[in-house]
Amino acid sequence: MSVAAETPALPSRFLAQKRRFTPQSEGAKGFALISPTFIYAIVLLAVPVLVVIAHSFWTQNYLTIDRSFTLENYRIALTEPIYRDLLMRSLFISFTVTFFTVVLAYPIAYFISFHGGQYKGLYLFLITIPFWTSYLLRVMSWKVILGYQGVLNSGLMATGIIDEPSTALLYNSSAVIITLTHAWATFAILPIYVSLEKVDRTFVEAAKDLGDGPIRSFLRVTLPLSMPGVIAAILVVMIPTVGDFVTPRLVGGKDGVMIANAIQAQFGKGANWPLGAALSVTTMAIVTMAAGLVVLAMRLVQRTIR
Amino acid sequence: MRKGLLKANWLKFYALLYLGFLYLPIIFLPIFSINSSPRPSFPLTGYTTAWYRELIGNQAMLSAAKNSLLVGLGAAIISTAFGICAARALTRYKFRGQKPIAGLIMAPLVLPEIIVAISMLLVILQLGLQLSLLTILLGHVLICLPYSMTVLMSGFEGFDRSLEEASADLGESAFGTFRRVTLPMVMPAIIASMLVSFTISLDEFILAFFLSGTETTLPIYIWGQLRFAARLPAVLALGTILLVASFILLTLAEIFRRRASRTIGNTSGGLIA
Repeated sequence: MSVAAETPALPSRFLAQKRRFTPQSEGAKGFALISPTFIYAIVLLAVPVLVVIAHSFWTQNYLTIDRSFTLENYRIALTEPIYRDLLMRSLFISFTVTFFTVVLAYPIAYFISFHGGQYKGLYLFLITIPFWTSYLLRVMSWKVILGYQGVLNSGLMATGIIDEPSTALLYNSSAVIITLTHAWATFAILPIYVSLEKVDRTFVEAAKDLGDGPIRSFLRVTLPLSMPGVIAAILVVMIPTVGDFVTPRLVGGKDGVMIANAIQAQFGKGANWPLGAALSVTTMAIVTMAAGLVVLAMRLVQRTIR
Repeated sequence: MRKGLLKANWLKFYALLYLGFLYLPIIFLPIFSINSSPRPSFPLTGYTTAWYRELIGNQAMLSAAKNSLLVGLGAAIISTAFGICAARALTRYKFRGQKPIAGLIMAPLVLPEIIVAISMLLVILQLGLQLSLLTILLGHVLICLPYSMTVLMSGFEGFDRSLEEASADLGESAFGTFRRVTLPMVMPAIIASMLVSFTISLDEFILAFFLSGTETTLPIYIWGQLRFAARLPAVLALGTILLVASFILLTLAEIFRRRASRTIGNTSGGLIA
């Protein structure tokens, strides 16, 4: 136990005296131990993110960066139709993907937690495996499945369901949504599973004993108690998917392009770092707000169910 | 009771269907990697190992593979070393700022990777550093850290300190206690963390894409090949090899992680859970 935590009310003079006897308090030891990792994260994550935010207020001047403060990049990011449309589409895709992943994931998490029995570990392992394999490869497999001469088309033609390959499968936003829903499945299952594990089974029993049917006891006990997991799943899926650029590039075609592709272009061919930075910051801010709103809405729904 | 059983059956059916949905796309990679037609479509045309043989003599692929191994090993060692410090600090001590510090280290998990990538890119370019395998390594360590830390924390949690004290009381030196008591208990977690980090680095694309210079890693090589339809079968073969490698590494990691939990008598916690 840290000295400081045990004696929070003592004046600092007393603390200083106490420290003399234990030159290195436990708390200081812990802090010293974590500091290499902490410093690494500051130098390679916190500082770079601040640098991006700073860039978003500057201007690209051919090869150099003009460091006078301006909001021009944000004006472009928020009002230019192309970026606005990309942003809206990215948000729409990320909402849809989040909805499907969470709704599809909940029953699995519920099954493993409540009926997994001795196979719980195995089920969890089976579910995590595809997630750990290369994301690029998974997107590629969907391209192979949905392509013009791909698995689905050739399979459907071989069985005589369709006569000629359908072009509606690949290179549109539904292809992006399917691929992302698949890619993020595990991410949604695990947090929901963890919170379902924490649900006290006696509460569910009690609800049943007091006359609630299985559906009512689920809606009034299990679901509200597992809400933290659902909320975590929403955050963990929604925020990263909005910034995806591999899936749109490989299976999205022209109307599956997302905001991350525009950001990438600014750091590549477009070579307008400040605009790219402003687009990144805008995307992050908007998706965080959107996720916050969704979480708030979920909490309200939860309260009305009760 | 019967009703509950019926419900469980429906759920089980759904679970199997869902597992099918998870695995189906991945299963096509190996299938088409040994199919003689260069186009991945049904019906299958016949068995061939031609696509695998094509890989063997491919210098660009081999050097990308070597780079991937180097970066993966580096990321595994460094992120595990940082992870050990952080996990030990968080499970053993209580200190001010514990939550925000852990939050910052875990942040890459919920940030879009492209944001992490461009932030690092900007700083590296501003400092006038060359993009190289080293910059990829720096990025990979950052995104492996949350996983390393989680795996290690599940290994360190519930670690019985009285064992260390007993060893010290019985006359072992601090180093001896560490080597003969602490290390054997946490070793499985350390190995699991290294395997997981290695696999993440091996498969990671977005950071590598932004932070690579002239030398590429395997996912970047694959990305480059995807533009050419004729190269697809060889890419599928390479993808299959990576898939099998990841699968083996992760199975090993899971075995070690379970052993870690068992040694310490802590049964909770999965790889991410």
